Amino acid sequence: MEELAAQDSPVHRLHPLAKLLVAVGYILAVMSFPKYALTGLFAMLLYPLALFQLSGIRVSTCFYKLRVILPLVCAVGVANPFLDRAVALRVGTVAVPGGVISMLTLMLKGVLALMASFLLVATTRMDSLCASLRRLRVPGVLVTLLLLTYRYVGVLVDEVSAMSQAYALRAPGQRGLHISAWGSFLGQLLLRSMDRAQELYSAMLLRGFHDHFHYVAIPPFRRDSAVYMATSAAFIALARGVDLPRLLGGLFVR
Amino acid sequence: MIVFEDVGFSYERGVPVLEGLSLSIHAGECVGLIGANGAGKSTLMQLVLGLLPHNGSLRVDGLEVEKKNLAEVRRRVGYVLQDSDNQMFMPTVLEDMVFGPCNYGMPRAEAEARADEVLAELGLEALRNRYNHKISGGEKRMAAIATILAMRPSVILMDEPSATLDPVNRRTVIRAIGRMEQTRLIASHDLDMILDTCSRVLLLSGGHVVADGPAEAILRDRALLEAHRMELPLCLQRL
Ligand SMILES: Nc1ncnc2c1ncn2[C@@H]1O[C@H](COP(=O)(O)OP(=O)(O)OP(=O)(O)O)[C@@H](O)[C@H]1O
Ligand SMILES: [Mg+2]
Repeated sequence: MEELAAQDSPVHRLHPLAKLLVAVGYILAVMSFPKYALTGLFAMLLYPLALFQLSGIRVSTCFYKLRVILPLVCAVGVANPFLDRAVALRVGTVAVPGGVISMLTLMLKGVLALMASFLLVATTRMDSLCASLRRLRVPGVLVTLLLLTYRYVGVLVDEVSAMSQAYALRAPGQRGLHISAWGSFLGQLLLRSMDRAQELYSAMLLRGFHDHFHYVAIPPFRRDSAVYMATSAAFIALARGVDLPRLLGGLFVR
Repeated sequence: MIVFEDVGFSYERGVPVLEGLSLSIHAGECVGLIGANGAGKSTLMQLVLGLLPHNGSLRVDGLEVEKKNLAEVRRRVGYVLQDSDNQMFMPTVLEDMVFGPCNYGMPRAEAEARADEVLAELGLEALRNRYNHKISGGEKRMAAIATILAMRPSVILMDEPSATLDPVNRRTVIRAIGRMEQTRLIASHDLDMILDTCSRVLLLSGGHVVADGPAEAILRDRALLEAHRMELPLCLQRL
């Protein structure tokens, strides 16, 4: 992720605060769509697609990085079709229950919110993001916590891969982790990542870290950021207020 | 200047790892710390930095190592960890090198200039913008040493600085240690390096310092070394 964030593109150069505010606004707007508003939501897709285009980050990279979380997000609405059976729509002779529509809406909401967060993190360096949070007067403790969590997630991932590699090397021909090893694997993982987190934290203390990061200087707020904020706000308001796809469809189909 | 007076420590109650340590390391001295695996070398270093609590009295530059002095003590003492993976926590080598100086209020540009100076000194210019998770074990070790040198501490503790290094990097580190004017304490099993860099050696065994004297004398004493699970440095074995 750090590498993606260190690249350069018009999107990367935007002010971190502008990107943060737009992303939050976008996610709130997406979440506020009514539960059957599937068509309206599709218009919201334009925003992440535009950002992917401008930042030069590939959509596939996004889905690859999010492959662990995506299924979880999609699983949120799977019960809906069983709970809500009232027919909401007929396509030819097939009756589509409201539950299916609300499930799809929920899934799309989740995916859109994830994409927006991914784009934010992938185009903005974590420390400048934290610096702009500080500027918004978010308490230093919270920001530091966020930054440390971000680092510790890396530690955890490292440990998991090192341990499963060590396991695989001594368990040839075995696929995955044998059930009998799960307990000790998890226990060890916890201990090891706690140890490492502790040592990393000491290493930071030893180099003069108190309770706040020496945040990087944030670049000045330039015109492109203002333009970005204004266009995004206008687009989000429009897409939220008007069901664009339906409107467009209405022009052709009567 | 580091002074130990009757210092003791145990991880588990009743099982002392270090006991009754009394010695002083003078300003500008380069001291080797040797001892078998598990002798307590790393533990001793962590005591000096106040990462572990100790019994007795332990002073760095006249400052007692205790809660209220910790910030000042740690500002003076640079510690190269035995495991470099735990030393580096920023995304890139450069970020890691400016982290310390910036925390002590140095402007970023100045910190970068200093980082570049240290990198040049160690011949590591190529590592400057590399990602920490994408460099080799030995490169990481060199980078870890660089992050500490960039802080210009007045006392330097190094835990196994030469482990995992190739011969050229090992030489570079030996030369860098030799050029330093700071007080240095170097724990290592690389006795040849200790012989090359240190004027004085402490031999740790069973929780005590069992020998303390000129490096030349201790590192040539086959009987003493062998009694404590050590051997003569390779360069002396062939004689
Ligand atoms: N976290 C811990 N909890 C309990 N005992 C520990 C812990 N860390 C180390 N020890 C014990 O303390 C003793 C000294 O360990 P230390 O790491 O200081 O040895 P060392 O001299 O650095 O060894 P090496 O040459 O292997 O690095 C060892 O016997 C070890 O088993
Ligand atoms: Mg050790």
